[in-house]
Amino acid sequence: MIKFEIEDRQGNIQEVEIPEDINLSLMEVLKASDYPVLATCGGMALCATCHVEVQRGLENLGEPSDAELDMLDTLPDASSASRLACQIKIGSHLNGMMFKLKGEE
Amino acid sequence: MIHTDICIIGAGPVGLFAVFEAGLLKMRCHLIDVLPQIGGQLSEIYPKKPIYDIPGFPEVLAQDLVDNLKKQIDPFKPTYTLGERVETLVKREDGTFEVKTSDETVITCKAVVIAGGLGCFEPRKPEIENLAKYEGKGVYYMVKDPERFRDKKIILAGGGDSALDWTIFLSNVASEVTLVHRNESFRGAPDSAEKVFELAKTGKIKLLLNAHLKELKGDSFLESATVIGKEKEVKELKADYLIPLFGLSPKLGPIADWGLNIDKNAIEVNTFDYSTNVPGVFAIGDINTYPGS
Repeated sequence: MIKFEIEDRQGNIQEVEIPEDINLSLMEVLKASDYPVLATCGGMALCATCHVEVQRGLENLGEPSDAELDMLDTLPDASSASRLACQIKIGSHLNGMMFKLKGEE
Repeated sequence: MIHTDICIIGAGPVGLFAVFEAGLLKMRCHLIDVLPQIGGQLSEIYPKKPIYDIPGFPEVLAQDLVDNLKKQIDPFKPTYTLGERVETLVKREDGTFEVKTSDETVITCKAVVIAGGLGCFEPRKPEIENLAKYEGKGVYYMVKDPERFRDKKIILAGGGDSALDWTIFLSNVASEVTLVHRNESFRGAPDSAEKVFELAKTGKIKLLLNAHLKELKGDSFLESATVIGKEKEVKELKADYLIPLFGLSPKLGPIADWGLNIDKNAIEVNTFDYSTNVPGVFAIGDINTYPGS
């Protein structure tokens, strides 16, 4: 099982536990876990409504793609630890990481 | 006043195809959308991207799909109100509905179909404490009429395509243009970014990178903005206008006030006929929810 933590927009932190062989993105897991993530474009890195900030474990992720960086550039509240959850594939590298939901509900 | 059989709120693909289905049943439709063009998020967010989940099309460009939907419904002669947001929905004594938009356009109809997708696309706003005080009084989230900015001092904020494009355009209109971007580079639209750097080098615009807006000042109208730089230094910039350009994000908006049963930003429907709890009002596509959806 993969375990990581999510901090919602109200500051509540909860551990999420999911099977390793699941072929989903973090955005899809967040939606399935009933977190209020819009994901307007369905996961194509085109709308930036699944903005998360990596609170712990940023070094575990690869470099973001140009498309992802381009979308992050449009956001008023992005930081150097910002990512789009739709571009983060679920895998064992997420173990121990922590993500904070950003943007509006 | 516009009279029609069905008023469809939302001119995305679901709303457009509803015109076709209604047309087969000899019902006339009027479509309303807050965006200035039809197509919803397909036209607004990713018109040139291929999409892969349309039956019969292994791959189709989003705008091509919208253009084809338009062709498909043209024979039924739908009418449109675009660039206006529906504010109120009132059921009249005779059972018909009166729909009123932000620009006071009134539509009367026998039934209302809400095809609003994820809601109205509204501008994303930066976190500036007193931003709301200056909305419409110096702060604008889109450039509808560039002439408004002629010979004025303006600040644009953002780092996406639209911030770059408007900076370039308005550098020939305004007396002073400053672009504030939170990063040190622009990662999209390399051509536009190059032009912006060139304009900054020749002194035609001011470019503040690694910077963000903190506070706005002015008595009744915007007069200046405080910007925090990379080294946390504070600058105050004189400005007649601030244009934050951070893209659009969908919001449920006034739909929440129409007496409909809402669950997590979606309208509850009966899947027998996609009716809502208000007789005569239906909800289709992403905006609805039902057991098992």
